[in-house]
This record gives sequence, C-alpha cells and structure tokens, in this order.
Amino acid sequence: MFGKLSLDAIPFHEPIVMITIAMIAIGGAAVLGLITYFKKWTYLWTEWLTSVDHKKIGVMYIIIAMVMLLRGFADAIMMRSQLALATEGSPGYLPPEHYDQIFTAHGVIMIIFMAMPFFTGLMNIVLPLQIGARDVAFPFLNSLSLYLLISGVVLVNVSLGVGEFARTGWVAYPPLSELGYSPGVGVDYYIWALQLSGLGTTLTGVNFLVTVLKMRTPGMKLMDMPIFTWTCTWANVLIVASFPILTGTLAFLTLDRYLDFHIFTNELGGNPMMYVNLFWAWGHPEVYILILPAFGVFSEVISTFTGKRLFGHHSMIYASGAISVLGFMVWLHHFFTMGSGASVNAFFGLATMLISIPTGVKLFNWLFTIYQGRLRFTAPVCWTLGFMITFSIGGMTGVLLAIPGADFVLHNSLFVIAHFHNVIIGGAVFGYIAGFAFWFPKAFGFKLNEKWGKAAFWFWISGFYVAFMPLYALGFMGMTRRLNTTDNPDWTPYLHVAFWGAALILIGIACQLIQIYVSIRDREQNRDLTGDPWNGHTLEWSTSSPPPFYNFAELPKAEEIDAFYAAKRDGEAYKVPAKYSDIHMPNNTATGLVMGALLTVFGFAMIWHIFWLAAASLIGTIVYFVIHASRDDQGYMVPAAEVARIEGEQHKILASVRNAQANSPVNKLEQA
Amino acid sequence: MSNLVFDGAKGHDHDHDHAHDHHDAGEMKIYGFWIYLMTDCILFASIFAIYAVLVNNVAGGPSGHDIFELPYVLGETACLLLSSITYGFAMLAMHKGNKSGVLGWLFVTFLFGLGFIGMEVNEFHLLISEGYGPNRSGFLSAFFTLVGTHGLHVTSGLIWMAILMYQVSKNGLTSTNQTRLSMLSLFWHFLDVVWICVFTVVYLMGTI
Amino acid sequence: MSKKRYPRFFGFLALFSMLLLSGCDYTLLDPKGHIGMQERDLIITATLLMLLVVVPVIFMTIIFAWKYRASNKSATYTPDWAHSTKIELVVWLVPLAIIIVLGYITYKSTHALDPYRPLESDVKPLTIEVVALDWKWLFIYPEQGIATVNKIVFPAHTPINFRITSDSVMNSFFIPALGGQIYAMAGMQTKLHLIANENGEFDGISANYSGAGFTGMKFKATATDQAGFDAWVAEVKNSPKQLANDEYTALAKPSERNPVELYSSVTPNLFQIIIDKYEGMKPGKIVHEKKEVAGMEGMDMGKNSAAQAEE
Repeated sequence: MFGKLSLDAIPFHEPIVMITIAMIAIGGAAVLGLITYFKKWTYLWTEWLTSVDHKKIGVMYIIIAMVMLLRGFADAIMMRSQLALATEGSPGYLPPEHYDQIFTAHGVIMIIFMAMPFFTGLMNIVLPLQIGARDVAFPFLNSLSLYLLISGVVLVNVSLGVGEFARTGWVAYPPLSELGYSPGVGVDYYIWALQLSGLGTTLTGVNFLVTVLKMRTPGMKLMDMPIFTWTCTWANVLIVASFPILTGTLAFLTLDRYLDFHIFTNELGGNPMMYVNLFWAWGHPEVYILILPAFGVFSEVISTFTGKRLFGHHSMIYASGAISVLGFMVWLHHFFTMGSGASVNAFFGLATMLISIPTGVKLFNWLFTIYQGRLRFTAPVCWTLGFMITFSIGGMTGVLLAIPGADFVLHNSLFVIAHFHNVIIGGAVFGYIAGFAFWFPKAFGFKLNEKWGKAAFWFWISGFYVAFMPLYALGFMGMTRRLNTTDNPDWTPYLHVAFWGAALILIGIACQLIQIYVSIRDREQNRDLTGDPWNGHTLEWSTSSPPPFYNFAELPKAEEIDAFYAAKRDGEAYKVPAKYSDIHMPNNTATGLVMGALLTVFGFAMIWHIFWLAAASLIGTIVYFVIHASRDDQGYMVPAAEVARIEGEQHKILASVRNAQANSPVNKLEQA
Repeated sequence: MSNLVFDGAKGHDHDHDHAHDHHDAGEMKIYGFWIYLMTDCILFASIFAIYAVLVNNVAGGPSGHDIFELPYVLGETACLLLSSITYGFAMLAMHKGNKSGVLGWLFVTFLFGLGFIGMEVNEFHLLISEGYGPNRSGFLSAFFTLVGTHGLHVTSGLIWMAILMYQVSKNGLTSTNQTRLSMLSLFWHFLDVVWICVFTVVYLMGTI
Repeated sequence: MSKKRYPRFFGFLALFSMLLLSGCDYTLLDPKGHIGMQERDLIITATLLMLLVVVPVIFMTIIFAWKYRASNKSATYTPDWAHSTKIELVVWLVPLAIIIVLGYITYKSTHALDPYRPLESDVKPLTIEVVALDWKWLFIYPEQGIATVNKIVFPAHTPINFRITSDSVMNSFFIPALGGQIYAMAGMQTKLHLIANENGEFDGISANYSGAGFTGMKFKATATDQAGFDAWVAEVKNSPKQLANDEYTALAKPSERNPVELYSSVTPNLFQIIIDKYEGMKPGKIVHEKKEVAGMEGMDMGKNSAAQAEE
C-alpha cells in the first residue's frame, strides 16, 4: 500500500538530521502562523501563488534561490568543518554515510536549486521589460515552470527527513548509482527532483526564446537588444538543446533502476561510459547556462555605472554566441582520464581552450567600458570588479585543466573543486548578487542598503580566497575530492584555513540577510520614485518602480542600442501619450500550482514505489491540465481609463520629483 | 538625474497593443511548439545514441537479426504513414472549415494510430514472453527504450487526438481548436519522421 | 574606495607564499617519476603562458577602476565611445595567438603522455594487473604469479605496464608522485605506463568516488632497487595465503580499510576472468540460434552486480 515507505524512513538515530528537521518544522510553522495571523492568505493566493505575471514569478524564483543558498551553504559549512576536524586519523563529527549525502546534496542544490532559479528569476523580472514587452510568450507555462522547480525543491528537502539522499556525488555515475550499488531511495530522490525541475527549465527555455523572437517592441532589431537579454537568450538556446539530454539520461537510469533495464549497468551488456558522456553533454552546456546571464548582468552594471555605452556591443553578442556553440563541443574534458585515447582527448582539449578567447574578449570589453568612463563604486560595481579579477584566475585554471596531460594529475582533485568554485562563485554567484542589487529597486520600489551590501561583498570575496586558494594547493599535494576524512599531516593546516574562509562567507551571507532587513525597514528613505535610480540605459528603467502590472501603457519606441538612453538623449523619455488603449492581459490561474503539487506527489510516490499513487497523481495532473486547456481562458481587457489612471499617478510623482529638483538649493545634474 | 522632458501630446497610434490578438497568439503557440519539438528531437537523438552504442551488446542473447520480422514492421509502418496522410486530409478539411470532415479524417487517423500501437504492443509482448525482454541485454534495453519511447509519444498523441476530437465536436473549429489541431499535426508528422529513422536504424540495419 | 584593491592582492600573495614556503610538500610539483615530471612541466608552462594575459587583465581592472572613478573629474570622459576596431583586433588575436601556442603544446603533449603509450626504455617492463574492488586494490603480478592487496613494490628505473580493471564500480587508479591516472572500469581493461626515477614509498589512491569505503581505498607503491624487488617477490612467495577462486570471492565482498595482504599464488588468468565476467560489455558474438544462449560458466547473472555477495 505504501510501497517501500515506512516509519523507518525517518532517521531518528541521527541527531543532526533530527534537529535540522525540527528547526525547519518550527520555522515553517512560524511562517505559516504569521501569514495566518496577518490574514494574508487571500493576498498570497491571488497576488502571488496564482500569478502569471513574469515580475512576480521572477521574485518567487529568487526567494527560492536564496533559501536554497542557505541550505546549500549549510552543507558547505558542514563539509568544511568536518574536513577541518577529521584530519590525521580523527573521524570528525559526521558519520561517513551522512557526509557522502551532504556533498552530493551540496552540488545538486547549489547548481540546480540555487544558481538556476537565481538566473531564471532575474531573467523573468528583467527580460520582458528590456525588450519592451508586456509579458512572456506563454504566461501560464511560466507559472508551471516555477511550480516544477518547486517540486524539485520539495523533493530534495523532504529527502532530508524521509529516507536519504543520493550518495554518489552530484553527477551520480553508474554503476554506483544503479540499484545494485545504491539500493536505497537516495538516487531516486535525485532522479525525480532533477527530472521535474529540468522539465520546468526546458519549458522556460522555450518560453523565453519565443518571447525574444516574437515579442520585442516594434523597431527593436535583434542586434539592438540589451546584452543581458542577449546572454539570457544564448543561455535559453543552450537550455533547449541540452536539457533534453538530461531528461533522456535520467530516464535511462530510471529504466535501469525500476524496470531492470541494462543501459548503464555493468552486467548483461550495459555501458556506464555512455552515462558519463551523456551526462556531461548536458553538464557542460549547463555551466555555460549558469555563467552567461551573469556576464550579461556585468555588462549592464558596468555600462550603467560608468555612465558610458558598453564597449563592443556587437562583439559581446558574437562572443557569447561563440561561447555557447563551443560549449557544446567540449564535454569530454570532464573525463579525459576515462581513456579515450590521445586524438580524442587532444580535440576536446583544444576546443575547450578556444572558449577562453571569446571570454577574454568580453573581459576586455568590460575593461574598455570602464576606460574613460566615470565609475561609481556602488555595491553592484564592487561585485563586478571582484568578478573580473576572480574569474580571470578561475578561467586560467580551467584552461590549465583543459590540457589532458595536466588533467591526468589534477582530475578529481581539490584543484578541480577550487577551479569550478572559482568560476561559479566568482562568476555566477557574484553576477546574480550584483543583478539582485541592481534590479532590486525596479522590482520593489526602494533601494537596498549600500553599506551592508558592500560589507557582504568584502566578506564574500575575502572568504572566497581564504576558502579556495588552499584547495588549489591541496590539489597540488595530491588530495582527491569526496574524501570524508584525511590522514596526511601536510594537508591539515590548509584544511583549517579553508574552514575559516567558509566562516567569512557565512558572515557575508549574514550581512546580506541583515541588508534585506535594514532595507525593508528603511524603505521610505530609499524610495525609487522615478523608476530610474541609476540613470540606466535600457527600457526597464523607463517604467515606474515597480512597474505597473501591464509594464508599458504604450509599447516603447526602440530603434537603436540602449533605447532608454537614446530616448533621454533625444528628450523623448516619459512622454504622456495622447490617448490610452485597452490592454489585453492574461488571467491568474491555479493550474500551475495544482499540477506542480500533483507532480510532487507523483515524484514522491515513484521514489517510494507507491505505484498506485504515482499513477493516480500523474493521471490527475494530465486531467487537470486538460480541464484548464478546455476552459480556453482568453484573459481579460484592462480598460483604457484604468491604464490612464495608473499612468497618471506615476506622472504626478515624476512631476513632483522634477519640481523638487528644480527648486533644490544645490542643483547637481550628473551627465547622462 | 538626466533631463526629463515632458513633451506633451505627441500621440502614437500603435496598433501593436493588440499583439496578443488571437491570430498572433496562435502563431506564437505554433512557433513555440516547433521549438518544443526540437527539444524532443534531441531527446530522440540521445536515445538513438545509446542504441548505437548498445546495439551489439547482446550478452549472449538474440540480436536484431534474430528477432525482427520485417513484413510485420512494414505493416506497422504502413499504419503510421497512412495515418499521417489522413491527418493531412483532416488539416485540409480544417482550412476549408469543414468540421465533419475534420472529425471523420481524425477518426480514421486515430484508428491507424491505434493499429500501430496495437501491433507494437503485440511485438513487445511476444518478445517478453520468449524471455527477450529489456532486462535480457543492453541491446534489448536500448531497443525497447527507443521503440518504446516513440510508442509512448504516439500514444500521447492519440490521447490528445481523442480530446481534440471531443473539443471540436463540442465547440466547433474555433481558432483555439485550429491552433491545437495544427500543433498536433506537427507532432504527428514529427513522430512519423522519427519512425522512419527508427525503422531504418533499428529494423532495416539490424536485419542486414 | 582604494581599499578594494588590497584584499585581492592578499589573496594572490597568500597563494604565492603558500607555494613558495612549502614547495617540497607539493607532490605534483615534485614528482618522482618521468611521466609525472612531464606533466608538471606542462602545468608550469601553461600557467606562465596564461599569466601573460591574466596579470595584465587584473592590473588593468584595478588601474582603470581607480583612474576612472567618478570622483576623478580630471580624467577623460567619453560617454559615447563604444567601439574601436584596433582594440577588437588585439583582443581577439592576441589571446588567439597564445591559444595557438598552447594548443600546439597540448596536441604534442597529449600524444606523448597518452596513458596507453608504452614508455621508451631499454629496461624490460614489469607488468602489474590492477583490480579495483570495494574498497581496496588488488594487484596481480602475472609474470611472478603472486598477488597483493593495497601494496605494490617494483624496481625503480623500470617501466611499469599497469593493466587495470574493476570488479565493481568506476574507480581511478592514481599514484600522484609518479604521474597521471586512469579509470578502472568493469568489463574493460585500461592501461597506464609509469616509471619511478628514484627509490621511495609513494601514496596511491582511487581518484573517483566509488561509495562508502572510498576514503580508505589507499595503497602504497614502493620503488626499490632490483635486489630489493627480488627479495620482496621471494617474501611474497613464502606467504601462507593463496588467491584461489573462493578466496577471491571472499575478497571481492565489500570491506573498508583493508590491511596489506600478500598471496604466494593466484588463480591463473584471474585478471582476464574478472574482465570476462562482464562479457555483455563486449560487442558479442552474434548468436543466430535463438535456443543457444552462451554458457555462463557459473557466473552470476542475477539482477544485481557482483557487489552483493553472490553466495
């Protein structure tokens, strides 16, 4: 009746886990209690949970990303502390089977449930505004994607308290991940969490590609689009081309585990090497999916805060495209040591190195944007400068690893760990935090506290170096990855230093949380009244902060790069149109939420082999969708009068700001 | 703060505010569906890849030569190809606004598709009962995965077709239904193309 | 505002000083074998080539950010300057040139350091067969007819031809002091060719996570002179333990942190037998008689792999 599920699934004998579950339960109950106390359920339901508004969906993605950052970082602190304690024969405090789940979960959470949602959230909030559109091409699908992500998040977090997570590393190579060597439910949690959230990501890729190709404001040519939009577009191309490979690979592993197939097994003719190839054929494009939007953020931040056009707009687009295309041709560099032979290894090594060229071009373009500009050292700029230096080092170690001969001694060592954290933290994470700070006023109408933002930056960047430079050294000392204890006394001091680096990052995260609290507390003093707090170049800054739910009363004119910069230059910004028209908007719907919930049940049921429940929830999902589709909801019309009223309010605010400026005793006008 | 110039009434007359009008929305959906089909194409490509790697891993069991019966597969192929033709007739009827024509041709398509699935299920059943199921060898795992995934897609298409037939009979050839019929058409023909590849790579090349 | 520069310098300094202060502890930078030395030289050369770009970029970042800070009103300000063909050419072509050099080095070194490539030497090579088990290493000396667990001894200045497989999940056979690694996979044989340039005891590990006992899956590799090696072989040949079939089956059961074992004899052809257990991996002989399913020789054809004890 309940498949493999029983009360034994709850790890009563592991105090660390039970305490964590208790804390989550208490925290969760507190949140639910507060919502009930403040009578916010209706508001939450109608304004957020059933919303198909890309801006709201984007905010929800980012909230999830930040919560999962905390979970993934908790894993990191546990790993660093265990390794700092478990030196020279000491067992540390984490049982090995627990530790092995932690490093697996850390990788899965940070990549799939922190970095991906963070970029998806920023893209959701910003991209439609940047191209002058009112929403994405398929708003319902957008909501569904969010809930598919949430399915994955729920499953990964449930695995902590019910059952176990995979103990295979985040890549889950067979035969270790096959039923014979991993008979528990851990790998199944992994499979279904990734499968469901991966489906959501694929749908997002399709959604935003159609949005960019079909919904740009009239006059905006593709080559005129802002760079953040472009890098997201390249990322979406990578998503639609690579995620189906992951879907297939996970499905094959599922068939092996559930139906005794022999696709990747050792015996009866399976081929585990095939998994390694397929996984990385997805896995490498995945890391470019993570980094490209961050590159886009840096382009926007640097050009805005230097008060200059971005240097080399077109070459940025071509460079990002080159990175994307090349990114598909390099996957074997993740397993040079699997024995493919020199010719194959050499090809993939050379292809990998080529990627450093367009990446270098981008770095130079940013440098020459700063050159002869007027750089304002805001928090986003700090993150950007920190990125430029840190990513250069990380990229260098990447090119080093791309040489098969060097990789033979460095593969799977802590050098590799240091390299990819170097580029993911220094690149993707810094970029998303910069983007968060940059676009926060647009989303919420007030700026973040600068002081705490800079404090967070300093702790993050110093913590990063203190945590990961020792790992480069440990790689050179022959330490391999995924060890749960060590016994080489030479390694101990480096492991200790690395722990303190993680502690510094912890303080940095604390600064970010404090920053959010302080910013909300002080929001009236930091209001963004005009919608253009930074003197931006692109169309999102032409709306109010936050934008009206329909984004633009009138689709904006965009006939060159940096359309808003051009409008301000030509005196065409903030014009009041002669008349307003009715605006067609989509209706909210609970279908995404319901389907996501049912699919979560489906995933859980499949994990525990409760097959009747799996069938019922899957059928239920399909039935619910068919009912939703048959309703054929065409949305609703916003009357022109309503649009006029909303626009009128914002124009009043703009007028009062202008008056205040004109009458202020010290009239400082910064150059555009 | 840069210059804010309030230029008053220079009214624009954008009709593109109705970019979401029904015709454009339908076109966008079909465009998006094409992109989804390309992701499905890559999914099938990865299945073909494992098939190519595992085709000779028979683990002492049967190879394709031993278990494939080409005349039978020809019958399956005929079903599917004919169903594509009949779907084409259904689309022609749709463009002429002929509701009963659409329903009739869809029904014939459905029968052909059902025939294809029935023959495939029968083939699988026979193999499994002889002990040549997917758990026998890597080759058989890959065979069942490739042909089975295609069959699952066709089955999904049949369910979609049945639902659409119901919707068309109830509501007529609304623009929404026409968009959906177009999407299913793309899906159906796509599966036909994939079947040609399956037929060639698996059955033909496996029997030579 | 200038504070920004220093922590990054500290980071760099920390890295360099660590490297300088304890250079001898860095196994990969002080290898004891010819292959490892070539791999180290490759790392150093490549790093220096790339620093040619990376160091200027880092300096330019700091200098530009400082010089063109907003409060420095005396610096030139060109808000609309966004393109320069000359700069584009330089930033595309200079890195391309460096990559071409690096690419050439890569191409040559990848072939020279191919693990499958036998070493050129006048000395007759020694063959050691390696089987990755859960979670220990079994070594078979086919020419000497002996076997060991978690320990190998070999003469220095002698090419060692490792033949590697697994009777379990994927592992990676790695002696960091001597040179690169290669995966150990069931049903397959991979090869690695190494040589020790001096006597010594070196650590050996698995470099691919293989499950619960992975952390303890270590071995010792000792290079001695020829006399020492011969004496060691004689010592092993006097060992009371023998690696017959049932002893091997017991050994293959999951265990962690195994002590060193020495076997004075070993089932002939054991290495090939282990590979052939996974015969399905090989593109098979096509069986045209449906009834005749090739004999399985008492092998476990059950659903689950050899990791679960088959008795």
